[in-house]
Amino acid sequence: MKFAFFPGCVSKGGCPELYQSVMEVYPQLGLELEEMTTASCTGAGVLQEKDRKLGDVLNARTFALAEQAGLPIMTICSTCQGVMSQANHRLTTDPPYLAAVNEILSEEGLTYRGTTRIRHFVWILLEELGERGIRQRVRRPLTELRAAPFYGCYLQRPSEALGFQEQPDRAKSLELIMSWLGLEVVDFPGKTRCCGFPLLTINGKNSLRMVASHTLDAKHHGADILVTPCPLCHLNLDGMQSSAARQQQADIDLPIWHLPQLLGLAMGMEPKRLGLSRHLVSTQGVLDKLGSAVA
Amino acid sequence: MITTFRIRRFNPETSPSRPYFQEYKLDTDRADTVLDALIHIRETLDESLTLRCSCRGAICGSCSMRINGHAALACKTKVQVMASERGVVQVEPMNNMPVIKDLVTDMAGFWNKVRQVQPWLQPAGQEPEGEYLASSESMNHLTGVMGCIMCGACVSDCAALEVDERFVGPAALAKAYRFVADPRDGAGRSRLLALNEPGGMWDCTRCMECIEVCPKSVGAMDRIMSLRSRGIQVDVPSTCGARHAEVFADLIYRKGRLDEPMLAARTFGLRNFSRLLSLLPMVLRAFVRGKVPKSGPFHRAIPGVEKMRRLFQRMEERL
Repeated sequence: MKFAFFPGCVSKGGCPELYQSVMEVYPQLGLELEEMTTASCTGAGVLQEKDRKLGDVLNARTFALAEQAGLPIMTICSTCQGVMSQANHRLTTDPPYLAAVNEILSEEGLTYRGTTRIRHFVWILLEELGERGIRQRVRRPLTELRAAPFYGCYLQRPSEALGFQEQPDRAKSLELIMSWLGLEVVDFPGKTRCCGFPLLTINGKNSLRMVASHTLDAKHHGADILVTPCPLCHLNLDGMQSSAARQQQADIDLPIWHLPQLLGLAMGMEPKRLGLSRHLVSTQGVLDKLGSAVA
Repeated sequence: MITTFRIRRFNPETSPSRPYFQEYKLDTDRADTVLDALIHIRETLDESLTLRCSCRGAICGSCSMRINGHAALACKTKVQVMASERGVVQVEPMNNMPVIKDLVTDMAGFWNKVRQVQPWLQPAGQEPEGEYLASSESMNHLTGVMGCIMCGACVSDCAALEVDERFVGPAALAKAYRFVADPRDGAGRSRLLALNEPGGMWDCTRCMECIEVCPKSVGAMDRIMSLRSRGIQVDVPSTCGARHAEVFADLIYRKGRLDEPMLAARTFGLRNFSRLLSLLPMVLRAFVRGKVPKSGPFHRAIPGVEKMRRLFQRMEERL
């Protein structure tokens, strides 16, 4: 299975351990990746606040580049996935709009025909490898770990653009994959709520309230860790957790993991290779807990 | 089909007046809506169950409540679709507003916020001899947002309101857009100035809950994004939100991808230096772990960025 790989800005910027862990695990999953080095940022929903059509033009450019290469796109960032899914939905359901966007793309000699498929790494695990493909790669079932999923917004909404109708398991993709890795999945109401990252620069106080609310909620439900498919959620929930704890005068200390890190560990990889020492909330306590199970 | 309805009950007149869940088992038909079931429970099992409803046809917006954790109109939601594998449907009152009794919430705060955006036409200039004229295109554009039935579902599930009740909220902002985008309205700039204040259009966290739960596809968050875009266009006083969008666009134009440290520095600027400084401990800890990305001249552009810039220029030429 070969994909045009779209890592997104943050996995190669503020969250480098996500990119690192994906690079470690993907060859063992039978995936072949060709990184889209000339693709631009999706706009992350922020550029779209200024000019949505400009965002759609840039994303159509990315889709056209993948279409030219004859490859589907794989993302590892929920925000990139969501923004691209929404753009692709608008482009492929409105032919006059696609024609207008293509008219602008012609400046670069590109045309988008509307055939590119865009899928998050999580969905590829779910739909291409499936339960059997993942279970057969697990060397260290993580049975001693209680983990809560944290989807954030962009892999859940709007469900119409994300293809939930055709692929209903996408709504519970994290829970399914986590259970195949042997984890005890902790359900909690905050799992599909906003992490607060988009408010970080606009209203820091509210952003930190969201961080504290969801991490404490997961902890109270008995989670040892929170698992996210979104590097932006990770930036806020991990990076800003100590500030959130101070603001809300609470003791949180809940490690936030990227899904590929969990997968890599279950596949028998060393924690350091997966970037687990690069988190701001230490993962050591969890690794110690796993020590007896992993040894 | 036997379905268990797990309903959140609350009666302020009893002691202790704490909410609790009560379960009712009901034989439901595949065509039954949640509202049909709730009315049946009230008429046959427990007359004390309190709910609000009127039209039963998704027009009046009275029966909004949370069904399996998300706001929806009970009259538009089929029991069969919502029942879990164990045949359970959970029903609760709307969130982000006080509960009066059981499934009935106090909408006073909701209406106050709608009134706050002055939801009436404020034309400018001399009154025309005939009617105020507007193009079909401009009014067609507004039909989506005019379809709002004020049910409160978007407000119930709004993540920003959950942490800050001062936020004006998605329903009021969608209503504000209805007038800002109306070509007959002359108060656009003053409306946008008011929405530029704290608690206004920049406090939305873009979580899309309002888009997902709206029974009329109003797409409140998309309207909020359009308000922001119009705010930037008419040059409302710069806020962190507006600067964030402007700087983001400029950085993508220059490099094709995001320079995160530069985005933070330029968004906060010297005017919000203390906010920037407050991030310093986090940045230092990230630096120790090799997580601070390259910035400024050390941050490389994507190969062929000049070609991508031409697309920006083409878009600007069209404005």
